[in-house]
Amino acid sequence: MLETMGKVEEIIALNDNDKERLIQILLELQKEFRWLSREVLERVGKKLDVPINHIYSLVTFYSHFSLVPKGRHVMSVCVGTACHVRGAERLLDSVASAVKCKPGCTTSDEKFSLDTVNCLGACALGPVMVADGEYMSNPTPDEISRKVESCE
Amino acid sequence: MSDTVTFTIDGKEVSADKGTSLLMAARSLGIDIPTLCHHDELADFGACRLCIVEIDKGGWKKIVTSCLYPVEDGLSVETESEKVIRHRRTILELLRARWSEMPRELIEKYQVPEDRMETESTFCVMCGLCVRHCSERKGANVLGFVGRGTERQVVAHEEPALKYCRDCAAENGMECLAVCPTGVVVNDFALSPPHMTPKGTKARPVRARDNENQEEVNKLIGD
Ligand code: SF4
Ligand code: FES
Ligand code: FES
Repeated sequence: MLETMGKVEEIIALNDNDKERLIQILLELQKEFRWLSREVLERVGKKLDVPINHIYSLVTFYSHFSLVPKGRHVMSVCVGTACHVRGAERLLDSVASAVKCKPGCTTSDEKFSLDTVNCLGACALGPVMVADGEYMSNPTPDEISRKVESCE
Repeated sequence: MSDTVTFTIDGKEVSADKGTSLLMAARSLGIDIPTLCHHDELADFGACRLCIVEIDKGGWKKIVTSCLYPVEDGLSVETESEKVIRHRRTILELLRARWSEMPRELIEKYQVPEDRMETESTFCVMCGLCVRHCSERKGANVLGFVGRGTERQVVAHEEPALKYCRDCAAENGMECLAVCPTGVVVNDFALSPPHMTPKGTKARPVRARDNENQEEVNKLIGD
């Protein structure tokens, strides 16, 4: 906890304690901890003098922010219209069984999170998924399990 | 000189101070534009879309929210064009799906069709007046929005609520309820404001607080 707060202070200080940079700070914190806990958000609010209602309306607006712990590896499967038509559901099923996790959830060992997103802007590649930042176009079950196995 | 701009509104040439919104300019001329989320003492928000007008800027026409659009030189504004009326009717229809008690005058004036939409009277039309009142004028920051799209709702945050609501209510009798255009910063909140309920929930919904709704809020804020 102490360590966490130290990191929070550090990130805020690197951003010059500037409340105009609130979103940037939250992005960095999200990256650092993979989620934003209430304690972290409260600390940010106190430090930057931004009220808690404002912070929550912001972090619940952008789906990039997570208010529950996320896994070390994030798999996002696109279920947008184009991908849906091209078989996103099948892809989602095979990723879910590969990481042993339901969409929207995180495995209990915090290794994987599986998310669905609505259009990654790469419809021509559909069905698309992003595995730890790597775009995969219509991967075969084999490719998926290789990717999953390469995750520490 | 440069501080005033000249434009036309409903065919009349008028001038107004730079920075004035079209809405305020129109009102000062006695032109009535309906609004829901505008309040003279709060920052404009553009949430209800009722105040739309049609502007013509060098031949390009578009629909804008008059509460947020500042006056501009050479602009030609129509407050009740056929298009404005058509759009406003749909906006009212959508608002009424959440607010069954919408004033009859509005419904009648714009001939809002009845029963075309499935309704669910949550009474909150997301105008944000209570949120802005609590934050801007009271500096209490108890009320806030959470979520997005259909999940969006108004919640009361526990920590500031325990700090401010009691005194604020004793002093002014819960102004946040009075500012709500639908008249219902929901009854439940009115009956048991956060400072009267046992601690436990970090944020609670302001509209109908059933268990399901509380769960939804908890999920949204990660508690
Ligand atoms: S509760 Fe009332 S005042 Fe608050 S946002 Fe909803 S409609 Fe507006
Ligand atoms: S719908 Fe999947 S990338 Fe557009
Ligand atoms: S008054 Fe302009 S959008 Fe509500």
